[in-house]
Parts: sequence; structure tokens; C-alpha cells
Amino acid sequence: MNEQITGIILIFLSAILLAYPLGKYFAGVFSGTGISSIMLPLEGLIYKISGIDPAKEMDWKSFLKAMLTINMLWFIYAFFMLIFQGYLPFNPDGNAGQSPDLAFNTAISFLVNCDLQHYSGESGVTYLTQIFVLCFLQFVSAATGIAALVAVFKALKEKTTSTLGNFWVLFTRAITRILLPISIITAILLAYNGTPSGFEGKDTITTLQGDSVSVSRGPVAAMVAIKHLGTNGGGWFGTNSAHPFENPNYFTAAIELIAQMIIPIAMIFALGFYLGKRKLSMVIFGVMTTGLLLLLIPTIVSELNGNPAIEKLGIAQPSGAMEGKEVRFGSGLSAYWSIVTTIISTGSVNSMHDSSMPLSGLMQLLGMMVNAFYGGCGVGILNYFIYIIIAVFISGLMVGRTPEFMGHKVEAREIKIVALVTLLSSILIKGFTAYAAFLVTHDPDNGWVVPPSLWLNNPGAHGFTEILYEFTSANANNGSGFEGLGDNNFFWNITTGISLLLGRFLPIIAPVAIAGLLAKKKYIPESPGTLRVDSVTFGAMTFGIILIINALSFFPALALGPLTEYFSLDLK
Amino acid sequence: MKSNQTRIFNKSHLKWAMKQSLVKLNPATMMRNPVMFTVQIGTLIMFFVVVYTFLSDHHDQGSVWYNLSVFLILFATLLFANFAEAIAEARGKAQADTLRKTRKDTTAKKVVAIGEIYADEIKEMPSSLLQIGDRFICVAGDIIPMDGEIIKGIATIDESAITGESAPVIRESGGDKSSVTGGTKVLSDRIVVQVTTEPGQTFLDKMIALVEGANRQKTPNEIALTILLAAFTLLFLIVCVTLKPFADYAQTPITIAAFISLFVCLIPTTIGGLLSAIGIAGMDRALRANIIAKSGKAVETAGDVDVLLLDKTGTITIGNRKATKFHPAPGVSISTLVNAAALSSVADDTPEGKSIIELSGISLSATELKDPVFISFTAQTRTSGIDIDGKRIRKGAFDTICKLAQHAGNTVPDQTKKEVEEIATNGGTPLLVSENEKIIGVVEMQDIIKPGIRERFQRLHRMGVKTVMVTGDNPLTAKYIANAAGVDDFIAEAKPEDKMNYIRREQAEGKLVAMMGDGTNDAPALAQADVGVAMNSGTQAAKEAGNMVDLDNDPTKLIEIVEIGKQLLITRGTLTTFSIANDVAKYFAIVPALFISSIPALQALNIMKLESPASAILSAVIFNAIIIPLLIPLALKGVQYKPIGASALLRRNLLLFGMGGVIVPFIGIKLIDMLLSVIM
Repeated sequence: MNEQITGIILIFLSAILLAYPLGKYFAGVFSGTGISSIMLPLEGLIYKISGIDPAKEMDWKSFLKAMLTINMLWFIYAFFMLIFQGYLPFNPDGNAGQSPDLAFNTAISFLVNCDLQHYSGESGVTYLTQIFVLCFLQFVSAATGIAALVAVFKALKEKTTSTLGNFWVLFTRAITRILLPISIITAILLAYNGTPSGFEGKDTITTLQGDSVSVSRGPVAAMVAIKHLGTNGGGWFGTNSAHPFENPNYFTAAIELIAQMIIPIAMIFALGFYLGKRKLSMVIFGVMTTGLLLLLIPTIVSELNGNPAIEKLGIAQPSGAMEGKEVRFGSGLSAYWSIVTTIISTGSVNSMHDSSMPLSGLMQLLGMMVNAFYGGCGVGILNYFIYIIIAVFISGLMVGRTPEFMGHKVEAREIKIVALVTLLSSILIKGFTAYAAFLVTHDPDNGWVVPPSLWLNNPGAHGFTEILYEFTSANANNGSGFEGLGDNNFFWNITTGISLLLGRFLPIIAPVAIAGLLAKKKYIPESPGTLRVDSVTFGAMTFGIILIINALSFFPALALGPLTEYFSLDLK
Repeated sequence: MKSNQTRIFNKSHLKWAMKQSLVKLNPATMMRNPVMFTVQIGTLIMFFVVVYTFLSDHHDQGSVWYNLSVFLILFATLLFANFAEAIAEARGKAQADTLRKTRKDTTAKKVVAIGEIYADEIKEMPSSLLQIGDRFICVAGDIIPMDGEIIKGIATIDESAITGESAPVIRESGGDKSSVTGGTKVLSDRIVVQVTTEPGQTFLDKMIALVEGANRQKTPNEIALTILLAAFTLLFLIVCVTLKPFADYAQTPITIAAFISLFVCLIPTTIGGLLSAIGIAGMDRALRANIIAKSGKAVETAGDVDVLLLDKTGTITIGNRKATKFHPAPGVSISTLVNAAALSSVADDTPEGKSIIELSGISLSATELKDPVFISFTAQTRTSGIDIDGKRIRKGAFDTICKLAQHAGNTVPDQTKKEVEEIATNGGTPLLVSENEKIIGVVEMQDIIKPGIRERFQRLHRMGVKTVMVTGDNPLTAKYIANAAGVDDFIAEAKPEDKMNYIRREQAEGKLVAMMGDGTNDAPALAQADVGVAMNSGTQAAKEAGNMVDLDNDPTKLIEIVEIGKQLLITRGTLTTFSIANDVAKYFAIVPALFISSIPALQALNIMKLESPASAILSAVIFNAIIIPLLIPLALKGVQYKPIGASALLRRNLLLFGMGGVIVPFIGIKLIDMLLSVIM
């Protein structure tokens, strides 16, 4: 047992140790200093070909317009590629094109950095679409998030400004100077450890029993690298990082865990270096890490302790709750992975979350509902920013000043935007969950291809958790699945697709708009009466806001799902 | 206006407020407060449920008495919230009634330039017919019919109707004390007044409107908070609406009463019900400090003030400078200097002049002197003095007298120069005396700093407010007094435009500036400042320009205004926190109660061990209702502000109202449940 925990601690610490210098490097990348400038000639060439004027500054509206336009183009491109992939080259296994609703869901889900996969990688896509659609989207969606966050940094750095930088420049730099170099290193490490990296089609092996089994492969290592670095989570194979090719051994599991943590954590440090407010980044890091630990510790404990129902049968569980887990990782590391992948919007899995203990399921859900303990590439801090604004508003009042954040007054307009975003995730998650629950209860034999009665693998509270998990994952752009849910059909493809789109872009638009609005306001210098946002007290306040908003918003749903399961398990 | 009453409630106020809580049930009024409006809708639905359960034989919605109890509690919640607002308004209302009695139509003695019989004829007419520019006469015993400026004469006036201060004040033409207010009474002498405001727009009219809150508008911060509270309300509406399909899935029937109870308990009714009371009480606290704020926004802004501009005289120092010491020049005897100084001040009516005579100990009167020629101060000569017995005695500022002496070929003694410098660095003002253009010595004048003012500035400093002293003194003197009084900065040799420039400079850096002023030449700066407090004794222009009027004419009021502003915001913030934190306990009361039959496992969440589902739900709504009246005193008095630094203050209020808000309802709901289980 101790071995498992030591492993977790080592992996966590290496991620932080790598992220700190990386944060300094990121700050240099976006302020245009440091060694990363060697990429300038390459970037110059890209700008020249694309007809971009890198010196042109954008205000928040044109920044968002550029971001949304290019995202729309990517969606159209991906949608049609997926539909017609059957007729296109690089398809050694002869896989067919996707149905329109599945292509809609897949294109959106990769576009929004979620990677909710309602298909299986072995049969649902071709090498061409894996590389030039999915892998491509994994890069650009991560870069989009990073660019949006840097725009917010820029707004906070200036005393008063109407411009947030140039989207194209920030976006290009995120790819050329951050995602590509680190991806290459990660992919090489993975390939050396046995992750396939070639273009041959399925291979056939003869098992010990003498059966012949065909095994899928392909240029896997490259995709697994960006899938984690870009907090995407969409794997090459259907079983994701539980597949022995995608995640061959403990070492690759460690690499993949570190890879998904470093950019979100490095962005927190980058904030400190970029704004010259290192204490603020430390407080944010502290709050997020506290959140991680509060979710992680109960999960690890309940997984290592095993299932009390099995224990009552008199069966010993020396390696913890092993249902749905890989022996090469063990229950401890899988518990750690399941929390990391849900608090950060990666969504890659190395175990079956459906089989996690109820308490772990609760923690995974909470991680995705908060979606700001580290969070996805760029977007994690953007989500945290919304919580900060609410905390600033209430605590500003409590110290007797009209609320202000970093020298700018927070007023009705900003609160309106914040309210909208907060309400949105609540509506998307609970609204769709309620709709699905309604259909399952009242219209189970609906004449759809897959009637609602066949959606759920489990009855009762666990079935409810499956629904709740799917929509929470979609809204959080996480992409992990509770599985057990029959989700590749019209209802789920469309509803989660809508959830994905809204759950991605509004939470990006809102912080950028708020930052843009704030930056335009008159700058108010700090005085002893000003509430300091880099204090531990304010950190605690933000944590309280995160906790209370999510707890209040989701308590009944969580009570009917994982909490009921948890308490029932104890009763048995 | 000044009431010594410290009690929050008063019998007549209570009665009026109770009536108002019913009047305010009008949906058109309720709609202004989205949180309470949704409670009203919920109450209405419960009314129909009660009727339904009464008439039908089905028991799917629970018993009649249970639904009736929920309905009554919700109705009480509404009344409590309305009562909070009404009781906050009550005091203002009572004050307005008193003021209205003062405003009643009086007779004006209008001066008609060319009358029917002769010029400047005096014609009696109702005050309501007076127009801007008209002139009227008031003699002892008259009530001044209209706001105006004295253009001729001087009078003592009883302003107690407005300020509550019974000591009469002196008003005279010219200068900064020329304005009179309609409704006040002339006690002596005769004045001619020119009307400066239109009927219906007088100070008294405005004051009545303000204290009544007739045109009370939500402040920007109140609007932002209302949006946030509306968002929370919507958030919980989603929670309750989606709970229906969730419960269906879990095969649990939930009654309408339970849904509405859950909803009303979760939405921030505590702060929603008290929000407007807090705002009104803030204005009211300002009013009780005898400050008329022209808008709630001005009070709110006061809490944010970064820079405070204060006049030295009257605020930091007591009145005027006083002569404290004579320094004779070398070779001049002290008695010569004392005599000369006293002689030169005989005709000097300024407080400085009088203090020289006082210090000299010589009692002189102009009539005892032989053929004196008094030289009064003019802007050209910048000296004053006397010609007597062939002696030309002059006194004046250092450089003026030096020039005078040097012009006549006399030198300035080095010792005098040294003394002058010394006096200035010690915060004094040197006044040179010359006899026949020869310097005979220096009179040292000193400022006396008000006792206790240093502590007040330290308090401001801890609040993060920078204090700036404005004075006409030279920089050396100013610096000394600034240090002695503990102000952060000073403007020396200040001209009116210096104040203005200083304010603009601070504002350009994003700071909020407050200042107090009385003169007409203060008006532009008062208008420019974010919080401009005009003294009631000041000119009409100053009163128009500022956004607050201080009826006590007390310059240190600014400090109180800042604290009132902060208190207002803190009260809003802490009660919001308290209200939202309360929800935790309410969830633990209601959710297990809803699912007791279908999901027994969830009883583990019933950590308060409440008696039954019905008593749990009733306890939660009862707690939710009675917390409103329990917090009314706090809302009216305001949460105390402590200048301990922003982070420490946040920590304190978070512990008190955040943690308290989580814990209190657990105890409260449990107690109510215990009571209910006895009754039921």
C-alpha cells in the first residue's frame, strides 16, 4: 500500500517541479522574451502565408470574433472529414464514415477540448482522421484555451487598456513554443516504452489458447502525447489509457499523468511571472491544490480499502477495489488518475470510472462540476477567474468598499456576465440530466433507435449517476465517461453536443469579456483599505465560494446519485 | 432633526410600519425586489394548494393543516421583509412630517422696486408666489419664506427647525455666510433677501423628499448585488424544477408544499428581505449625524474615499492663530515692541489683531488715542498699522515689512531673520513690526491643534484614507502643523484653484476624493470632488455643488461620513454571506425529509436528527422566516466597521457571518424542531 502512495506523491511532486520553471518559460513566451524567440522566423513565415499582421492589437470583441470564426471553420472541416473518412486514404482497416449525429458529436467534442468519444478508436475513425482531424483539433483546442487565458493576463497586466493582444500571435506561439516541443519529447518517451508509432493496419496474433486475435495499432504515441499535454483526453483506442498500447507500463502512466498536469499548473505560475504577482499565483495554486487533496484523499482511501459489500462476504481485498482496474497500475494510482483527469479537464481514463467506489464517483463528479482545480489548458484559470469575481464582489463589500479586482471596479455588467455563466453550467448539467431522467422514467419505450429503457446499464441510483456523469463531463469539457451508458445514439450525441458547445465557449467568452471590460475602466491604485486578492484570507474566501456554489447547486442531484449509493453500501 | 433617541423602534413607527408591510404586498411594489417577488408567487401557489386540499378528498398533497402552516409561514416571511423596509423608512417619514409642518405657506414681505405708491414698496403676499430674483424683507420674529441670499443687513437666525440646533446663528450679506433657508426664523435685526430657488425646489422640499425616500433610487452597488441575488434565485429555481424529474426517477412523490418550502429556504430571502432596509438605514444614519446626503450613491461612494481634503482652520486647528510671543529686534526693548504691536492692532478687528492686544496686556481704546490715523489692510500695501505721535507703526508679513524697511534704506537684522525662520519651522507665523520703516521685532503667532484630532487621523490612516490639509500658510508652517496633526500631505499657500488641481490630480490616478467647503469659491472643487460636503452655513452655490450638506457645519464630519459609507457596504456583504451560508443547514434539513420513504439510506444526511419530514420542512421555513425580523436591528444599526486592515476585516467577518451563517441555522432549526415535536 505504501508503495502505491509513495508513487503518487512522487508523480505529483515531479509535475510541480517541472511546472514551475515551465511557468517562467511560458511567461517569457507571451511577453516575447527568453529563448523561445528562436521560433520567430518560423512564426513569421506562418503569419506571412496566412496574411496576418502580428503587430495588430485586438480589443476583446475582435479577439473573440477571431477565435470563434476559426473555431467554426475547424468544426465544419472536422464534421465533413469524419463523414467521408471511409472514402479517403490512410484507412488500412477499412473503417466506415461516421453517421451525421456521431460526426457532429465527435467534431464538436474534439473542437472543444473535451473528447467525449461516442465511438471506438479502433473502428470509428481512420488513420487520416485520427491524425489530421482529431490530433489536429487536440493541438488547436488547447492552444485556443491558452490564447484566451493569456488575453486575460494581458488585460490584468495593464492599468488601463482597450486591447488584449493579437489572437493569432498568442495562438501560434502556444503551438510552436509550448505544445509542439513538449509533445515531441513526450511522444518519444512513450514510443520508447512500447506505444506503437507506425502506419500498418491491424496485426494478427495467436494467443496461448490458440485463437487468432487481430490487434489495432497505428501512429499512437503522437496522439497520446498531445491528448494529455493539451488536457484533451481523447485516446487512440476505445479503452483509452487502460489499453496496453496506449499506456504500456507504470512509467508511461507516470508520464501521462505528469503530462496532463504540467501545462495547467505551469499556467498558474506563468500568471505570477507574467503579472509580477507571484504571491497571487501561489495563493491560487494553494487553493487549487487544497481542492485537489480534498477530492483525492477520500478517493484513494475508499479505493484502497476496497468494497465493504465484498468485505462482508468475507473476501479479503489486499489490493483494494480492483473492479474495472488494471493490475499493472493498482487501485491507488487509478484513484489518483481518476481525480487528476476529472479536476483537469483531460478525461483520459486508465480504469473504469463506472466501477469506482461511490465516494470516488462523487469526488470525480465534484471535480468536474468545479472544473477549476487546475482545470484544462488555459480554461481552468478562466473558470477560476469567474469564481474570483464572485468572491471579490462579496468580500469587497465585507471590507467596506465597492468591490474591485486588481484596480478595477466590479460592477453590475460584470456581475451579469458572471451570473450568466454560473447559471449556464447549472442549467446544462441539471436540465439535461432531468430531461434524460424524465425520458427514462416516463417514456422508456419511446420509438427511437435505442429506446431510453436501454440507455442505462444499471438501475436506481447508479443509473442516475451514469446520466449525471455524462452531462457533467460534457459541460465541463472533460470527456471522461462513466461508461455503462449507451451513448452512441441520436439523443446523447445531440444533447451532449449542445452541452459541449455552450459549456466550452461561454466560459471562455465570459472571462475574456469581463477582463476586457475591466481593463477599460479607470485604474484605482491599491491603498491599505483595498482588499488584497493575493492574501490567504481571500484564497479561503474563493475556496468557500467554489465550495458553496457547487454544493448548493448540485446537492440534491448528488444526494440521489453517489450519496445514495454510498449510504446504501454502508447499510448492506 | 437631531434626535437623541437611540432606540431603534418607537411605538408610532412600529404601528406605521406594520400597516405598511401590508400595503407593500402590492405586486407592483414587490416586483422591485426579485427575491421576495418569487416568494410572493410561491405563497400564492400555496394558497391554491390549501384550497385544493380543503376541497378535495385526495391526500396526495398532505394534510390541510400542514399546507396551511406552510402558507402562513411564507406569508409571514413576506410581511417580515416588508416590515424591515417599512421600519427603516419610518423614521425618515416621521422627520418628513415634522419638516412639512415647517414648510407651510407663510406670508412674504416682497419688495416691489416700483410700487403703486412709491419705490421699494413692501407688499405682503403668500410665499408660494415668490419667484427667483424677487427680494423680500424679514424682521425679527418673521419666518423666512423662501431660500435666498442676504443682500443687505445682518441678523441672528434660529435654524433649529432644520438643524435641531437651538443656538441661533448669524447670517450677513456678503461673504460665505449669506444664505438663509426657508422655514427658519429671524430672531433679531432686519435683512433683505433675494430669492434663489424656485417654489417646490427649496432646501426644505428637497430634504423632505430625501428623508421620505420618495425618489430613492437603487445605487449601482445595490443593483449589482440585486443581480447576483436574482442569479442565486434562478440557480435554486433550476435546482427545484429539475428535482421533480429526479424524484420521479427515484420514484419519490414530492408535495408542492415541499417544493416551495425548499425553494423559499434556498433563495437568499434573508438578504433579499433586508437589502432595501440596509440602504435606507445607511441614509438614515447619515441623517442622524445631521448630514443630508443628496443620494444613496453619495453615501456609498463615501465608503470608497481614498483622499480627504480638510481645511486647516476649524478642522485641524482651533479657530484662528493666536499671538504667543514677542521677539524684539536687537537694541529694542521688549516694552517698545509690545506697545507698538498693540497700537498697530487697535483698529484691527481680525482675530489675529485681537490676540496681539490680548497678549500685550495693554487695554487701549481708539477713543483714548490722540489723533490716530488707522491704516487698514489693503491688498496693495499688505500691511496695517497706525500713525500716531509722528510714529508710523506697521505690521505685516516678513517679506512685506522687509521690503518696506529696505526701501527706506534700513537693514533687516540677522537675528530677526533667524527668529523668523525658527518661528516658521515651529509651525508659527511670524508677523513683523516696524516703526518709521525700521524693524523693531517679531510677533509670533501660533496655531493650536485640536485635541484628539491626531487620533482621528490615525484611524483614517488605518482605514486607508489619505488626509490632506489645505491651508493658506507658507510651506514651512504648513509642514509643521501637518506633522503635528499627523496628516499625510498638505497644500500650502492654497488658492481655490490649487484645491481643484489637487483633486483632479488624485482623480487622474483613479482615487476618490472627498472634501468639505463652504465658500462660493469652493463650489467648483466641491462639484469636482467625488464626495463634496457643503456646510449648511455656506453659500447657496456651495450647497448646490456638493452632494451632501452638513447641518452642523462641523468639518470633522467627513470622517464619520466615510465610516457610514463603509458600514453600509459591510452590512450588505455580511448579510449576503450569512444568507447564502444558511442554505447548507437547510439542505440537511429538507433533502433527507423529501426522500425518507423511498431512499431510507439518505437518512444518514439527517444529521440534526429532526423529528419527522413535516417538522423538518416546517422548522426550516420557520427559521427562514424569523431570521429576518431577528436581523432587522443589525440591518438598521449596521455591522460595525473596524479599521484593522482589509484582510483582517475580511477574516473577522468571514468567521462571524460565514461560519456563523453555517452553524446558526443548524442550532436554530433543531430548536424549532424540538418545539414543534412537542406541539404536534
